[in-house]
Amino acid sequence: MAKSPEQDHPQAAFGWAARDPSGLLSPLKFSRRTTGEKDVKFKVFFCGICHSDLHSVRNEWGFSTYPLVPGHEIVGEVVEVGSKVEKFKAGDKVGVGCLVGSCGSCDSCHDQLENYCPKMILTYGAMYHDGTMTHGGYSNMMVVDEHFAIKFPQNMPLDAGAPLLCAGITVYSPMKFFGLDHPGIHLGLVGLGGLGHVAVKFAKAMGVKVTVISSSPGKREEALQRLGADAFLISSDTNQVQAAMGTMDGIIDTVSAVHPILPLIGLLKQNGKLVLVGAPDRPLELPVFPLIFGRKIVAGSCIGGIQETQEMIDFAAKHKITADIEVISIDYVNTAMDRLAKNDVKYRFVIDIGNTLKEA
Amino acid sequence: MAKSPDQEHPCKAFGWAARDKSGLLSPLCFSRRENGDEDVTIKILFCGVCHSDLHVAKNEWGFTNYPVVPGHEMVGTVMKVGSDVKKFKVGERVGVGVIVGSCKKCESCQQDLENYCPQTIFTYNSHYTDGTKTYGGYSDMIVVDERYVLRFPDNLPSEGGAPLLCAGITVYSPMKYYGMTEPGKHLGVAGLGGLGHVAVKMGKAFGLKVTVISSSPKKETEAIERLGADSFLVTSDPAKMKAALGTMDYIIDTVSAVHPLLPLLSLLKLNGKLVTVGLPDKPLELPIFPLVLGRKLVGGSDIGGMKETQEMLDFCAKHGITADVEVIRMDYINTAMERLAKSDVRYRFVIDVASSLSQ
Repeated sequence: MAKSPEQDHPQAAFGWAARDPSGLLSPLKFSRRTTGEKDVKFKVFFCGICHSDLHSVRNEWGFSTYPLVPGHEIVGEVVEVGSKVEKFKAGDKVGVGCLVGSCGSCDSCHDQLENYCPKMILTYGAMYHDGTMTHGGYSNMMVVDEHFAIKFPQNMPLDAGAPLLCAGITVYSPMKFFGLDHPGIHLGLVGLGGLGHVAVKFAKAMGVKVTVISSSPGKREEALQRLGADAFLISSDTNQVQAAMGTMDGIIDTVSAVHPILPLIGLLKQNGKLVLVGAPDRPLELPVFPLIFGRKIVAGSCIGGIQETQEMIDFAAKHKITADIEVISIDYVNTAMDRLAKNDVKYRFVIDIGNTLKEA
Repeated sequence: MAKSPDQEHPCKAFGWAARDKSGLLSPLCFSRRENGDEDVTIKILFCGVCHSDLHVAKNEWGFTNYPVVPGHEMVGTVMKVGSDVKKFKVGERVGVGVIVGSCKKCESCQQDLENYCPQTIFTYNSHYTDGTKTYGGYSDMIVVDERYVLRFPDNLPSEGGAPLLCAGITVYSPMKYYGMTEPGKHLGVAGLGGLGHVAVKMGKAFGLKVTVISSSPKKETEAIERLGADSFLVTSDPAKMKAALGTMDYIIDTVSAVHPLLPLLSLLKLNGKLVTVGLPDKPLELPIFPLVLGRKLVGGSDIGGMKETQEMLDFCAKHGITADVEVIRMDYINTAMERLAKSDVRYRFVIDVASSLSQ
């Protein structure tokens, strides 16, 4: 008979989990593995709520297994390190993002691209090397392989820095890989949510001209005045879109709903790049003529490797970039999920685990 | 009242044109402009039959302006040069491809990318700078600005070289731009027709491993034994497709019919590139998960600029690359078009214009 989550491992843990596709979260007792010689054990202080958490708890991608403890924007403080751990000691502030394991031997792993390893292990809802299910950061503590732990810079606030561990790296990585990261570049950002708002901040720190492309007129002032975007474009306003045709070197599209990409391709200059980081659950229509006549590309990108995630956190700390957050107690998490489904948050909920998650 | 085609210009010309969307071609008397200071007058010897000719003859893209004289893969000899012409002299063998004009001032033109100029003038079915229609190579002669004329290398045969002027540059340009030239890397070529067969030859010349991806099992022997492909993958064979997952660095997709992209994307490695040069008349379905999970891309490319087209011809001459052609007479053209619509040609028809076009 399969073990229960409480019996899987020797170290008791507790958190909140979804138990079925309703996605409703409630307290769960489970367990974490022994702190191995390369492991870091830490108390969780904060955990960001990523839209992926919502997709997963509601089984919207079709591969969730329950009970599921979400959360992959986790920040805490080290309490114990294994005998071979070199980068961390007790008391250090540490972050964990979307990955907690990979094969370590393939080309991708050798190239510091653990996120593209065919055997990468996600922070929650995945099978670990020992055959047990991984559980995420809506929980009191965690044990993670040192390789997948991120050193949190001294001057980075823990709560507002947590979302960078997924939202931040998800936009930072393609900005670097596709060369959309230096002065002279005009970057379009589709969607002003958890990912989009961080992307504006990164882009401005990189000296990039930024146009936010949104379906919500209400976000204009926010985008321009508070976040520092250079321009704001309503995607359904044909005049605005027409005026901006052929002006952007690249566009990062953070929208995960199905949406037309033809207008976005039109906004690109010749040789322009449309990079999708949101993954709609159905294929999009790809008009081929505009790609051909402008030698343009449509590409995808998925989070980033661990080394790059560290680089991104250090970059953010240097430029004082954090996410705009609404801190909530764990009891509020189901309401937060409902609000998130309606994009009613500026721009990330972060759960104050340290102060509000109590064992049932 | 608008002038008729044979009265627009001072030089009489003769060719075959489509007059309506049946696409049936028949003789047409028309005219060409006077040879200007920067122009070259060319007697056309051969002209390749490109699939685009068929699309335009039948108005399948919706913008055909009849009567249309197709043909943008022509080879001929120079009969006359204007006073400012520097690159050519009378008697030389030259080619004319897909474009005969551009603005010459924009960033694209200044970077030798006339094919991306917003004011590109196509060899046929376009309007020239003087407002008159352009007519293509299914005709006896043409007058072209020297900038848009290619020098034909001595050792490149006219018949086998003509199709390079569109098919050749259409695959060569993206192979260079998207970096598909690193020896030892693995290139997939989807579709084995006019473009695909040339891509195989160029891929081998670049030192790539080449796999042809096709829906027709019958083309396997041809692909491997005659064209030199390293392997052949039939898209309807699930076991073979599965075995090839994640093995290709890049794919050139020459298929112009609507077709699924997911199987092709799955064949690519991490960071793989799928470059489409075919022109389907409807959007394709693009599944996003494979792009995101493998940091893959889908890109487009459109012929090439004049400098690169010349470079391509010289490359082909150096490596002995020509198109595989079936030479036909002008009066066979309608039959050829029917066969082309069924992909019944290995791999390009080329019209022997000089020998068979008569008034």
